[in-house]
Amino acid sequence: MDLRDGPEEGAFRATLRAWLEANVPAGLRGFRGWSSPAAVALGRDWSKRLAEAGYAGLTWPKEYGGAGRPWRYQAVYLEELARAEAPQHLGVIGLGMAGPTIIAHGRPDQKTRYLAKILSAEEIWCQGFSEPGSGSDLASVRTRVEPVGAGFVVNGQKVWSSYAHIADRCILLGRSTTASEKHEGLTYLIVDMKSPGVEVRPLRQITGEAEFNEIFFTDVAVPKENLLGDVGGGWRVAMTTLSHERGTFGFALAGALDVAVRKLVGLARERAGTDALVRDRVAREWIDLQALRYTNYRALARLERTGVPGPEGSVAKLRWSEANQRLTKLAIEIIGREAQVADGDGAPAYWRHQQLRSRGNTIEAGTSEILRNIIAERVLGLPRSR
Amino acid sequence: MDFSFSPEQDQLRAQARSFLEKSYPLARLAEIATSEDGWDRASWAELARLGWTGASIPEAQGGAGLSFVEEAIVFEELGRALYAGPFFSTVALALPALACAPDLLAKVASGAFTATLASGTAVQALGAGDRWRLRGETDLVADAGSVDAFVVQARGPDGIGLYLAERHGTRPQVCVLDTVDVSRRLGRVTFADDDARLLAAPPAAAKIIAATRRRALTALALEAVGVASQALALGVEHAKSREQFGRPIGAYQAVSHKLADTYVETELARSLAYWAAWCIAEDDGQAELAAVAAKAYAAEAAVAACERAIQVHGGMGFTWDHPLHRYYKRALWIESFDRSGAAHRADIAQVLLGG
Repeated sequence: MDLRDGPEEGAFRATLRAWLEANVPAGLRGFRGWSSPAAVALGRDWSKRLAEAGYAGLTWPKEYGGAGRPWRYQAVYLEELARAEAPQHLGVIGLGMAGPTIIAHGRPDQKTRYLAKILSAEEIWCQGFSEPGSGSDLASVRTRVEPVGAGFVVNGQKVWSSYAHIADRCILLGRSTTASEKHEGLTYLIVDMKSPGVEVRPLRQITGEAEFNEIFFTDVAVPKENLLGDVGGGWRVAMTTLSHERGTFGFALAGALDVAVRKLVGLARERAGTDALVRDRVAREWIDLQALRYTNYRALARLERTGVPGPEGSVAKLRWSEANQRLTKLAIEIIGREAQVADGDGAPAYWRHQQLRSRGNTIEAGTSEILRNIIAERVLGLPRSR
Repeated sequence: MDFSFSPEQDQLRAQARSFLEKSYPLARLAEIATSEDGWDRASWAELARLGWTGASIPEAQGGAGLSFVEEAIVFEELGRALYAGPFFSTVALALPALACAPDLLAKVASGAFTATLASGTAVQALGAGDRWRLRGETDLVADAGSVDAFVVQARGPDGIGLYLAERHGTRPQVCVLDTVDVSRRLGRVTFADDDARLLAAPPAAAKIIAATRRRALTALALEAVGVASQALALGVEHAKSREQFGRPIGAYQAVSHKLADTYVETELARSLAYWAAWCIAEDDGQAELAAVAAKAYAAEAAVAACERAIQVHGGMGFTWDHPLHRYYKRALWIESFDRSGAAHRADIAQVLLGG
C-alpha cells in the first residue's frame, strides 16, 4: 500500500501538468460542454494536440497506436485534466467505448480502418444504444437490422446520443430477428453517420443547451464488413462496450467533483463563511469527495490486478451524481435570490447552469435505480427484482 | 500509487477472520456480554500469540515491527466480531504513551500487560522527579474494569503530562458504569494519591496525546467499518431467506435498495478508514484531517447500517435475543467517542473555510 505517485507516475503527472498549462486553449478553459459550433471547432484541434502529445489511448495496446500503459496513467491523466478544467478528447466515445470494443471483437481490417482515426480525432464516434422505448432495459431495443443482399438495412430511432450531431460513426445495437429470445436476436453494427437515411435532431435539455440528440434511421444501407461480432451476437459485444465505460470513469467524476468542491469552498468563504449550517454541509461534501477519491484508488488497484472493473465503478457513479446534485444546490442556496439570473459569466449563472445540469447525473450512464439494482443483485447476491 | 493490501496483509486478515469466527461466533456474544468480566480473559494470551498485541511494537521489544496498516486490519476484524477485550484500549489508546517505556512495550507484546487511557483535565499530578502521585477523577474510561494499568493525562506543575498508574488490588478505585454498549464497558476511575510513573512530561506529552487521538479515531473508524459490514451481512442474509407474499423480501426494491445504500456507505467508509490508516503508518501530513473525516463518516455509516438492518429484520431485529442491537450499541458508542460527527465536521470546516 502506497498512496503516493511512484517515480514514473510522478514524472508523468509533472510533465502532463506543465503541458496542460501551456496547451489548453483559452477558449476551452473552464469548459462547460460541446454545445456550440465554436467549442467543437476548438475541440477538434485540442483533441489532435492531445493525440500528438501521446495522451490519447493511454491504455490501448501499442500495436493499435496506444501507449500501452497501465490503468494508473489513465487515472493520473483524468485527474490532471479535471484539475486544469480542460475538456477531454472530443472522441471519448471512440476512445473509451468503440475503440476497446473493436480491439476486443473486431477483425484485422476493421482495426486498421478505424482505430488510428479514433486516436487522432479525425473521426468522432457516437453511441446508438438507447431508444425511446428502451432505456434501462437495453436488451429490449427495437431498431431493425435486416440482412439484405451483401449487407444490412437499418430502420429505427435512437435517443440520448451525445456527440451524434458532430459524429462520423455510430456504434449501433439493433434487432435482427424477432422470433428468438430478447438477448439473442441483437446485432452490433458500425454505421457511417453520413449514410443516406441518417437524420440527427439535437435535443434541447433542461439547461437550454443541446448536448445530446435523437438519431433516425430510415432504410439506411450498411455494408456487411461493418458488422462487429456475429449476427445475433450483439449483446456480448455491447457488454464489452459498457464494461469499458466503467473502467476508470470514476476518476473523471472525482476529478470534476474536486473542482466543484474547490469552487464551493471559495463561494462559501466569500458569502457564508460564518453560517454553521453551511459550514457543516461544505465539510460533508469535502469528506464525500475524499471517500470517492480513495474508493477510486481501491478500484484502480483491483482493476490493475484482475483486469476487470469491480463494483466500485457503480459505487462511484451513484455517489458522485448525488453529491454533485447536493453540492450545486447548496451553492444556489448560498447565492440566494441572485441565482435566478441566468446569463453572464459570474458565479450565479455558473452555479445555476451546474445545478440544472446535475439533474441529469442520476439518469445518464445508468440511472441510480439501476445502479442500486446492480449492487443488490450482483454484489450482495439478493434475488432479482423482476 | 497502489491502494491494495500485500499478500501477507491479506493473510493476516484471513487468519483474523477465521480465528474470530471460530472463537467468538455471533452465538457467543450474549454469553460473553453477560459474564462477570464482560470478556473472555483467556483470549488475551491467544491474541498475543497471534502477534496482534505486538504488531507495531519493534522487534527488539518482542513485537512484529509492522505498521499501523497491519493493526488496522485487526481493528476492523475485531469490530466485525464485536470482540469485547481491551484491545482497542491497549493498542490504540495506551500504546503511544507506553512507547516511552520499552519494558512496558515488551509486556504488551507478550500479552502480559493491558492498559487504557484515562483522559480529561480533572486529574492532578503531584510530586517531582520519579516520585508522582495522582489525585482526581476521570469518567467513561474504556475497559476501565478490564485492564492492568491506566495511562493518565494529568496536570503537573509544568502542564499536562502522561503518567502510568498500575492497578494494585482496589487502587486506584474503579467503578464500572452501567452503559449502553456492554461489550465495551466504561468506568469511573478515582485517584486518591495513587502512585504513578511519569511517561512523558510536557511539552513532549502534547505530541503523544495528539498522535493517540489520531490513532484512536482511525481505529474506531475501522471498527465501525467492521460493525457496518456485519450489520450488512446479517441484513442481506435475512432478506434472502425471509419470504413474504411468496417471494424473498430482498426481491423488493424497497428492501434491496436500503441494503445497497448500506453497501455503498460501508465501502466509502472503508476507503476513508484505510486512507487514514495509511496516513498514520506513514506519518503523513494529512493524518489528522483523514482520521477526523474517517471517524465522522464511518461512525454515522455504521449507525445507519445497523438501523437499516434492524428495519429489514422487522420485529425480530427489535428483540433482545437478536445480535443486531449489540452492534447498534457499539456503533452508537463509536459515534459518541471524542466528538460528534457534527463537531468533527466543524473542525474540518475550520481547516477549509477558516473563521
